Amino acid sequence: MSAVSNKAPIAAAVKPVKLPTSAVVVDAMVVARRNLIRIARTPELLVFATVQPVVFVLLFRYVFGGSIKVPGTNYVDYLIPGIIVQTVVFGATSTAVGLSQDMSKGIIDRFRSLPMARSAVLAGRTIADLVRNIFVVGLMIGVGTAVGFRFHNGFVPAVAAILVALMLGYCLSWVFALIGLSVPDPESAQLAGFLPIFPLVFASSVFTSIKSMPGWLQAFAKVQPITRAANTVRALTQGGAITHDLLWTIAWSLATVAVFAPLAVRRYRNG
Amino acid sequence: MTATAISHSSAAMIDVEGVSKAFGETKALVGVDLSVPAGSVQGLLGPNGAGKTTLVRILATLLAPDAGHARISGVNVQDDPDTVRSLIGLAGQYAAVDETLTGRENLVMIGRLYRLSRQVAKTRAQEALDRLGLLEAADRPVKTYSGGMRRRLDLGASLVGRPHVLILDEPTTGLDPRTRLDTWAFIRDLVADGTTVLLTTQYLEEADQLADHIVVIDRGKVIASGTSAELKSRLGSDLIEVEVSAGDLEPALAALTEVGCRKATVDTERSRITIPVCDAVADLMAALRYLDHAGITPRDLGLRHPSLDDVFLSLTGRNTADEDPEPASITGRRTRGPAASRL
Repeated sequence: MSAVSNKAPIAAAVKPVKLPTSAVVVDAMVVARRNLIRIARTPELLVFATVQPVVFVLLFRYVFGGSIKVPGTNYVDYLIPGIIVQTVVFGATSTAVGLSQDMSKGIIDRFRSLPMARSAVLAGRTIADLVRNIFVVGLMIGVGTAVGFRFHNGFVPAVAAILVALMLGYCLSWVFALIGLSVPDPESAQLAGFLPIFPLVFASSVFTSIKSMPGWLQAFAKVQPITRAANTVRALTQGGAITHDLLWTIAWSLATVAVFAPLAVRRYRNG
Repeated sequence: MTATAISHSSAAMIDVEGVSKAFGETKALVGVDLSVPAGSVQGLLGPNGAGKTTLVRILATLLAPDAGHARISGVNVQDDPDTVRSLIGLAGQYAAVDETLTGRENLVMIGRLYRLSRQVAKTRAQEALDRLGLLEAADRPVKTYSGGMRRRLDLGASLVGRPHVLILDEPTTGLDPRTRLDTWAFIRDLVADGTTVLLTTQYLEEADQLADHIVVIDRGKVIASGTSAELKSRLGSDLIEVEVSAGDLEPALAALTEVGCRKATVDTERSRITIPVCDAVADLMAALRYLDHAGITPRDLGLRHPSLDDVFLSLTGRNTADEDPEPASITGRRTRGPAASRL
């Protein structure tokens, strides 16, 4: 657009606003704070978010666990690292639901009409969901410990294990940010979020060794990020070969963010 | 308001030139022009689906026009959206405030996003709460607010950014009559300090009450523009309304052909004849004589000033009540808000 009209003198009187570089961080924090207040004031949502993984722990520890044999491990020590990964992945889907709720309530329009960084609404949402995941993972470790899980590989690797899981969850949040901005309502966001997640979580090494799966499924399960992350967390908490799975998990996470964060921001920018 | 470099002279604060926008086959806006002087209240009047919300979304940088230019204070909304965003405040028909946050938290958040420091945002939030009459409720979550309080918070939220242009999209849609009156008073108060306001509404009375200048749009086009008085004067100064029993409608219409200075409109359902007149007293007396001569006793007869409803009817040939539902694509995804109710 280049048409300069007779309004040019007024244009000169208005100082052009250029967002400072710090806006990317400051605005994301302002939005993250708002989302965290929401999470803290609606504890029932947090309870729902934690009931599901707890049920999975109890189900696989006491109902199915007896008949699942993973050679060379105590099943509860095999299971809980998998559950931690499952928890952060399910937690990431809430990014889609939260954004979709904001869209349907019109608050996203208000944000889009404010002189704020275009990435901030999405960054603030994913950061808040990361903080929520930290809380839920902490809870799962507590529940896991109560049913017999133990860290067998020292403190630093244990912390690294948690960080790896949270990293994967955060990076996947950007996929769900794009989904949340693309669906018509929160109900669809819930559904569209879970659809791609189910095959990834169940066709993985989260609950059992992939060696018992048929060959074609094994081929898929072996390379996909959730298996890689579950193996990494398992190795870091229980001992064993780490490097290969860790590098795969990091590569998957970074690739996910590199592809989906720009797509989601573009989607937000264009409405 | 703040001291700024912006000259609040008679220059156009909002300037729209030939703006068009289509959603697929639906032409939401077709070459709309609009010029709003600084410090005035512009009413944008039209039925659902007329294109009001589309124009608002273009001015608020939420939507790019297919053709034409829109400028706020001389700044093109597409070329420099961040500058435009720092100049405007947007409030819509769906109270876009966060229900779990308190009123104060909402305002401080918006202040921060207008690039204010934490301290300034807090001070401005306090001032705004005072002005909104929400000081007492400031630290309660918004979900405990009444509908009117919520709407006030939404309308006032952008005040923390001290916008030069306030865009109010159907500010009273869905409110009960009492709250609507309160909201009008509140909007009058807001504009008293010289903020330029663009107000969309489907209520003729609202435009009449609040706007200095009114643009009527229908099916994406500007079909009339002027002050409320100018628009009304298009109909002649006054109207004679005659209501007769159903059987007398035809004879009454025949008897009254000589009365008035323009063609009468007939509401067959209510057997009512409305006649625009130029000399009210002479025409009223003539009407009485003709009716008496024809042996017709009207059920009701009166002289009244035209309402904007009459203007709308004469401009569009439709009543404001015969509205097409707004195509979903125009409001985008915001289809989940409260259904617009009409008085």
